[in-house]
Amino acid sequence: MIIQNITTIPHENLLETVLKIKHEGYRLVQICATTIDAEYEITYSFALGYDFLSYRIMIAEDTEIMSISPVFSPAFLYENEMKDLFGIKVNLISLDYNGKFYNLDKKTPYKKTI
Amino acid sequence: MSTRSIVPFGPQHPVLPEPIHLDLVLEDETVIEAIPSIGFVHRGLEKLVEKKDFNEYVYVAERICGICSFIHGMGYCSAVETVMGIEVPRRADYLRTIWAEMSRIHSHLLWLGLLADSFGFESLFMQSWKLREKILDMFELTTGGRVIFSVNMIGGVKRDIDADTLKLFLGIFDDMKKELNALTNAFLNDYSVNSRLKGIGILTKDKAHELSAVGPMMRSSGIEFDTRKLGYAAYNDIDFEIITSLNGDSYARTEVRIKEMFQSIEIIRQAASKIPDTELSVKVKGFPQGEHFMRVEQPRGEAVYYIKANGTAFLERMRVRTPTFANLPAMLEVLKGCQFADVPTLILTIDPCISCTER
Repeated sequence: MIIQNITTIPHENLLETVLKIKHEGYRLVQICATTIDAEYEITYSFALGYDFLSYRIMIAEDTEIMSISPVFSPAFLYENEMKDLFGIKVNLISLDYNGKFYNLDKKTPYKKTI
Repeated sequence: MSTRSIVPFGPQHPVLPEPIHLDLVLEDETVIEAIPSIGFVHRGLEKLVEKKDFNEYVYVAERICGICSFIHGMGYCSAVETVMGIEVPRRADYLRTIWAEMSRIHSHLLWLGLLADSFGFESLFMQSWKLREKILDMFELTTGGRVIFSVNMIGGVKRDIDADTLKLFLGIFDDMKKELNALTNAFLNDYSVNSRLKGIGILTKDKAHELSAVGPMMRSSGIEFDTRKLGYAAYNDIDFEIITSLNGDSYARTEVRIKEMFQSIEIIRQAASKIPDTELSVKVKGFPQGEHFMRVEQPRGEAVYYIKANGTAFLERMRVRTPTFANLPAMLEVLKGCQFADVPTLILTIDPCISCTER
């Protein structure tokens, strides 16, 4: 199996890590949230040329995290998606749809009952 | 004194193949800002991993979108195969490459037709889609389907393309090149078409990188990156150059896609000459455990398939980051400062696939 470059970091260090990555010239590839037991696992992936790496944070259901959209502007799409589908609390998104990004009938459909 | 107004664009619009809504902030006839709203075709496909096991999910992955169907299936299967350590037979890799490149040609022809339709060149639209029918007929001959043809499976492919059929295809592509030359000549050299494309919606190289643009949208701004160079399927055995342009305008995006079609024909020719004679698939035993990010090159750009498996039949997570989702910020950027009349054409130049975007 190919070993993926995924580093778990404390969520408090997220912005600092992301700023360093931006300074090195990486682009944002994707942000993915997964429910693991009683926590959310959020993986931020970046690429520079063909190099690909990911940083991961683990947060509890009610933890609020800071948006990385001031650093990587395309992040607003992924963060709004996480808010709508999982109910993850992301603060200070550059363009915040306040739960109306996907116009869903059912609120936070991907959120598992923990 | 200029007047500011907000004009809603979509979700229903004659030029849009799929629904997307934009609130266009206009100052007289110039777009100042565009605010997107999506969610009209969100089907919750990623959540279906809870109900469909990892084998059945191939059918769901293929149905994320009709145009990109084959490569969605291939990307998903490749991600699962990597996690499970499955080595797909080499013939299956080559067949996947051939069908993927045919998908690229038909997708670009579809897009060219829509682009022509967006500026009222109906006959060029019809000619593009008439040529596309040849590719769909070739899909039907080899797989039984024209749009969603379900040949990918975990461990390989379900159907074969024999030597006689490959020879027939190469003959069809030879004839097609002549028709493609005539068609693309109109897009690249016709005065009225050029006036709608040249100098419109410029995306600089720096902006393309900052906004994480992918695919032809990025390559037309001068960034040399193509996910096929990672060497998945049979691409590690194929020689091809990455097609770029430097101008970053709508014309450059058209030019890149046209050149990619001709390049795809050459890639298919190479694959057909090198395809080995092996089985089509291997038996899959057990369940996946682990996680993997699989990156492939869709016609619209880099697509990322992330799977996380826990050793059971049902995946813990399946996430697709599609190229149109990545190109939305770039689309909003090129809309700023454009004329209102250019909005439909500019939206089309990212080759939007909203089904892919929303899943």
